[in-house]
Amino acid sequence: MALLEVNQLDVRFALRQGEVRALRDVTFSLERGERLGIVGESGAGKSVAAFSLLNLISKPGFIAGGDIIFDGQPLTQMTERELRKIRGNRISMIFQDPMMTLNPVLSIGDQMVECLKAHRRISTREARAIALDRLRQVQIPSPEKRLDQYPHELSGGMRQRIIIAIALLLDPDIIIADEPTTALDVTIQAEIMALLLALCESHDVALILITHDLGVVSQVTQRMLVMYAGRVIEQGPTREIINDPQHPYTQGLLNALPQMATPGEKLNQIRGSMPSLTHLPSGCAFHPRCDFINRADGAPRSACIKQVPGFVTSGHCRVACHMVAEMLEERRLKEETP
Amino acid sequence: MSLSTTPTPTRWERFRDSYVWYSFKRDRTAQLCLAVFLCLVVAAFCAPLLAPTDPYDLRQIDILDSELPPFWIDGADERYTLGTDAQGRDLWSIILYGTRVSLLIGFGAVILQALLGVTFGLMAGYLGGRVDAFLMRLADIQLSFSTLMVAIVVGAVVKATLGSSFYSQYAVLMLVLIIGLAEWPQYARTVRASVLAEKNKEYVDAARVMGLRSRRIMFRHVLPNTLSPIFVISTVQIANAIISEAALSFLGLGMPETHPSLGSLIKAGFDYIQSGSWWITLIPGAVLVVLVLSINLLGDWLRDVMNPRLYKG
Repeated sequence: MALLEVNQLDVRFALRQGEVRALRDVTFSLERGERLGIVGESGAGKSVAAFSLLNLISKPGFIAGGDIIFDGQPLTQMTERELRKIRGNRISMIFQDPMMTLNPVLSIGDQMVECLKAHRRISTREARAIALDRLRQVQIPSPEKRLDQYPHELSGGMRQRIIIAIALLLDPDIIIADEPTTALDVTIQAEIMALLLALCESHDVALILITHDLGVVSQVTQRMLVMYAGRVIEQGPTREIINDPQHPYTQGLLNALPQMATPGEKLNQIRGSMPSLTHLPSGCAFHPRCDFINRADGAPRSACIKQVPGFVTSGHCRVACHMVAEMLEERRLKEETP
Repeated sequence: MSLSTTPTPTRWERFRDSYVWYSFKRDRTAQLCLAVFLCLVVAAFCAPLLAPTDPYDLRQIDILDSELPPFWIDGADERYTLGTDAQGRDLWSIILYGTRVSLLIGFGAVILQALLGVTFGLMAGYLGGRVDAFLMRLADIQLSFSTLMVAIVVGAVVKATLGSSFYSQYAVLMLVLIIGLAEWPQYARTVRASVLAEKNKEYVDAARVMGLRSRRIMFRHVLPNTLSPIFVISTVQIANAIISEAALSFLGLGMPETHPSLGSLIKAGFDYIQSGSWWITLIPGAVLVVLVLSINLLGDWLRDVMNPRLYKG
C-alpha cells in the first residue's frame, strides 16, 4: 500500500462571493521514498495542496470532500491532537522563504530543541545532540556555534540548510518542500537542491517538491503532477511527461523554457493568464488559452467549452483533455479497423 | 564563511552594539531622565536608610513641630530640611516614604495590567473568532468605565463589607488591583494589534507545521516578537498608574494619611495652602511632576528607538 494516498480531494474557501473551489478532484499517491513534483503557475493550487496534506488549511478554507490516507490512517478524520503527532514528526515541511520561516527572536538551537521536545520525551542535552547531528548532515560549517546563533546572523543559504535540518530532525516519512529554492541566490539553488536530494535518498524519505521550475522537477523527481486552476490536469512519470507532454498546458509550460526559444527571438509564452478561481471559464478551465481548441479541420470543438474533461490514460500518464481523448479514440478506431 | 571566525558575542556585547545603546549615548534628554528616575527610585527604596525620621513611628512625631517651613525661609528648624507637615512629620522623610508607596503601586498595577492584558491580547489576536469578539468587547466595556469610577465602586463595596480599617490596611494591594483591573485593555489592544500582524508571518506557519500546540506558539513564538510595543506602553502606563494613584489618593480613595503616598501628601497639604503652609503640598507635587515627567520622556525616547518605521533591524 502506498505511503500517502489522496483521493478526490476537494478544498474550498468560503468567501463573500460564495464558495470558491481551490482544489477539485485531486487524486494521487506517493510511495515510500518516492519523489513527486507538483508544478503549475502561481495560483494553480500547489501550496493549498501542500497545506491540506497536513490538514492545515486555515479559515475561510476547508476540506470539503475526499480522503487523505497516510500510512493507513485517514488524516481528514483525525482530531487536532492526533494531527499534531504527525505534523513535524512524520510529515515535515520546508517553506519558500528561509528569511521568514525561522523565528527571529529564538536561537537556532532553541527552535530545533523545541521541535524535538514537542514530539519526544527527551532531555535538552539529548535534543541538542540530535540537533547538532542534523546540522552536520546539512553540511553547515562549525555547527556547534550555529546552535547559539540567531537567524539574522546567517545567510539565506545557511538558513535554508537549517530549515532542511529542522525538517529532518524527527526522521519523517515525507518532506513537503514548497518552492525551497525560489528565494535563494541562483548559485546556491543548485547546491541546496542537491543537498535535499542526497538527504532524501540517504534517509529514505519521500519528497513532495512544489515548484514552477520544470528543470528542477525533471532532475529530482520520479513522478510529477501538473496543476491548473485547482485541478491536476496531467500526471505520470516525470521522464514521460517531459519528453512527450500530452496536455496543451504542459506543452506550453515546456515550450516556455528559455532553452526552447530560438536565440535572439522572444521567449515562447502561453498567451493570457491563469483565470481567477472566482471566475472559472466553463468546460475545460484552460480553453480560453488553448491553441488546440479547434479540430485539425478548423471546426471548433464544443466539448472544450461546455464540458469539464475527464481523465484518459495515455501511456503511463493520466491526462484531462478533450483533444487528447479524441486523438486516443481515433488511434484506437484505426487499430481496430485495419 | 567569514562568520565562522568571529566568536559569538555575549549578551552585554550585543547590547553595546545595539541601536538602543547607540541612541541612548547621543540623547542628553534620555540620559538626564534615566538619571533622575534612577535617583528617585533608589532614594525611595532606600527610604529607611536615608530618611532622618520614621514617619510611621508615632513616638518620633511631635505635634508642636507642625507646619515648620523649609530651611530657606525664616523660622525654619534645622532638624527639618524641607519643613514639617500639619502633624509635625518631617517632610523630607515622608516624601521618601511616599515616593516608595507611589512607585510600588505604579509598578504593581502595571505588572497586573501587563499580565492580564498580554494574556488576553494574545488569545484574542491569535485564536480570533469568538474568543476575540468576547475579550475585545469585555475590554470595550472595561474602558467605558473610568478608573475613578471603578475605584469608587470597589472602594465603597470593600469598605462596606470588610470595614474601613481593613481597607486602609490593604490599601496598597487594593490600589494595585483597582488600577490594574481598570487599565488592562490598553495592553490587550496593543498586543492584539501586533499579534494580528505577526500571526500571518511564515514562522508561525512553520511552527504549526512542526506540530506545536497553540499555547506554545502564542507564548514562545509570537509573544517575544511583540515585546517592543509592550515595552513602550509599559513606560506610559507606569506614569499613568502613578498619576491615577495620586488622583485617587487626592480624592481620599487611596492611601490613608498614616501611610501616605505622594497623592495623599498633596491632598493633606492642600488644606493648609490657604494658611500659608504651601510647602506641604507643593514639594510632594513637584516630586510627583518630576517623577512622571522623567518616565514619560523616557517612554518617548523608547518609542522613537523601537519604532520599526524609523529603525529596522
